[in-house]
Amino acid sequence: MEGTQYMKIAVALIVLLPLAGFIITLLLGKRLFRARSHILPVALVTVTAVLSVYAFEWVVRHPDTAFVWNAFSWVAAGRFTVEWGFLVDPLTGIMLLVVGIIGMLVHYYSIGYMKDDPGYYRFFAYLNLFMFAMFVLILANNYLLLFLGWEGVGLCSYLLISFWFRKKSASQAGKKAFLVNRVGDFGFTLGMFLIFVTTGTLQFTGVFDKAEMIGSGTLLWICLLLFTGAVGKSAQFPLHVWLPDAMEGPTPVSALIHAATMVNAGVYMVARSYPLFVQAHTAMLIVMIIGTFTAIYSAYIAITQNDIKKVIAYSTISSLGFMFMALGAGAWAAGIFYLFAHGFFKGLLFLCSGSVIHAMGGEQDMRNMGGLRKKIPITFWTMLIGAIALIGVFPFAGFWAKDEILGSDFSGGYYVVWAVGIVTAFLTAVFAFRLIFMTFFGKSRASEEVQRHIHESAKVMTIPLVLLAIPAALLGILVGWPPDTGWIHTFLQPVFFDVEREKFVWVGVGGGLMVFSVAVALLGVYVAYVMYIRRTELPGRLAARLPVAYEASFNKMYMDQVYEVVPIRSTIAFAGWLWTFFDVKVIDGAVNGLARLWELLGERLRPLQTGRVQNYAFSIFAGMLVLVVVLAWVWGS
Amino acid sequence: MNALYWWLTLAVLLFCIGAFGVLVRRNVIVVVMCLELMLNAVNIALVAISNFRAGALGAGTLFSLFIITLAAAEVTVGLAIVIANYRNRRTVQTDQYDELKG
Repeated sequence: MEGTQYMKIAVALIVLLPLAGFIITLLLGKRLFRARSHILPVALVTVTAVLSVYAFEWVVRHPDTAFVWNAFSWVAAGRFTVEWGFLVDPLTGIMLLVVGIIGMLVHYYSIGYMKDDPGYYRFFAYLNLFMFAMFVLILANNYLLLFLGWEGVGLCSYLLISFWFRKKSASQAGKKAFLVNRVGDFGFTLGMFLIFVTTGTLQFTGVFDKAEMIGSGTLLWICLLLFTGAVGKSAQFPLHVWLPDAMEGPTPVSALIHAATMVNAGVYMVARSYPLFVQAHTAMLIVMIIGTFTAIYSAYIAITQNDIKKVIAYSTISSLGFMFMALGAGAWAAGIFYLFAHGFFKGLLFLCSGSVIHAMGGEQDMRNMGGLRKKIPITFWTMLIGAIALIGVFPFAGFWAKDEILGSDFSGGYYVVWAVGIVTAFLTAVFAFRLIFMTFFGKSRASEEVQRHIHESAKVMTIPLVLLAIPAALLGILVGWPPDTGWIHTFLQPVFFDVEREKFVWVGVGGGLMVFSVAVALLGVYVAYVMYIRRTELPGRLAARLPVAYEASFNKMYMDQVYEVVPIRSTIAFAGWLWTFFDVKVIDGAVNGLARLWELLGERLRPLQTGRVQNYAFSIFAGMLVLVVVLAWVWGS
Repeated sequence: MNALYWWLTLAVLLFCIGAFGVLVRRNVIVVVMCLELMLNAVNIALVAISNFRAGALGAGTLFSLFIITLAAAEVTVGLAIVIANYRNRRTVQTDQYDELKG
């Protein structure tokens, strides 16, 4: 086949270059590179981004043939064989584009953002390790290799959340992310075991070929267990609690890992397992319900948060919920479309918030911001584009994707889901523009000292913002036009082969829903405008009027407290019981008791040892005598 | 009763006297002497059996020669230990040798 030779080289380099960058930077960064640590990692990531685009372009040129390459054997134990195998198909192509391009831009941005940080070399080393793991995750052609990347990105997430490990809250947040993800990964692992037991392989093609032969009960369990992993990684309810805390990490990390790439891994994995999920309708229903609930739940929390990054974090959880809602409702391509667009605009929003924080000298509380529009214009305009893309106003990226999802909810007959989606879209518009208005409009609420230092970020930070703003604005119309039958649908057709596509109806249900959802989003913007610019006393009064609703949202629906009480306290209590009862009483008791037994016995036997040689001689003679008597008696009879 | 039994009775008597002495006497030198008595009792028994029983082929005589040699060596070493011990603790009473009391 034409070009596979080049593809092999490209894929190998995509995986190996970031790994090399990680190893070299980690080993030599501290002593040799120091403030120049970024050069090698950034250069390597730039090359991988180019190669990713090449791989994507290859897929475009070969729409019907997926690139499969089993590089070498990884595990070979009897019937269980796993290869370092790579797969590049349209789904991978889109992920490559997201990871490669956003990864590269975030690397460039980090040069400015992390300047003069004592851990500069460490940061870039970890970022490169992350890129390696993420590429392994999306390029893998079997579940185990995917899992390797999956755990690798989890590790990097942990390392980068607790990057400023001297800060107690940062190291705690890192631990929390790691532990919560363990719960999901446990499910994923069990899912893989079940897949191997039922199909005898972990290779995607092998598993999917047998998908129809798996019993429906087993298949349901496989899907649910895989989905558990996705719930952990993609921060869905109830395992979402780690993502808001993950904002303790540096902002580029939040943009790259906790918005644009790693958290999408769960969505990607479910989409990848499409042939399994389409057979299990119950599993898809559960995916949809969890996604829908998460979407509205975290959007509701986002409207009262004051930390600029927390708002975007909850927005990310909400968006991921949207993606699962789409997958569950059978709008597979629309879900991936949303992932594609979301990667760009949410990455953009995070990088913008980083620029704002940078300008404010580390301040993250929006109550201390305001009036930044004139002072940091590039950040303002790019963030505005990101926000509009997020709330889904025509013709920005979010609009096309979000609208397709809501449209297919409606046409699929899931009216409740659709209604929840519309409410979520409204809340999204409110909190997104609350963020914009509180940050960039009105009078500055910062202290004099901070105000004097407000400045636009360096070019190395603003250029990535502009470069991300372009796809955030235009991507939707480029790949999503016309709705439901756009380029991305044709492109993803080989992956989601069974999905029926209906022609979009402009005049009628489709067009009507579209106008309606845009109207809802604009209404949200208007509400935010009234509450945060025109009548700024209104939010406080509203909170006072509805204390329960406000407190619930402000305190993140008390989820952290629930975790505190149910799993954490009970675990601590159980561990305490193990310590005071099982360890002290049972284990120590057994060991000490045994020692005491021998001590008592020794005490009793001690007088036998008189130390006088004649006493011992007497025992020898007496023993001898007994022997003689016994033997004489035996032989005599 | 033939003569062998008289010889054996003598050997048993000597052995028991020796054993009794080893167990009850407190003086180490006497204990060593009693040990010699026991060895010689065995010698008498061996020589007697070797003499009276045709099937023994003189093996008992041979054994007794070994035992005499061994006894000579044993007495040398034993008395040397007794003297060395006496120099250290100025006593030859066995009931005062009780350092290994538990």
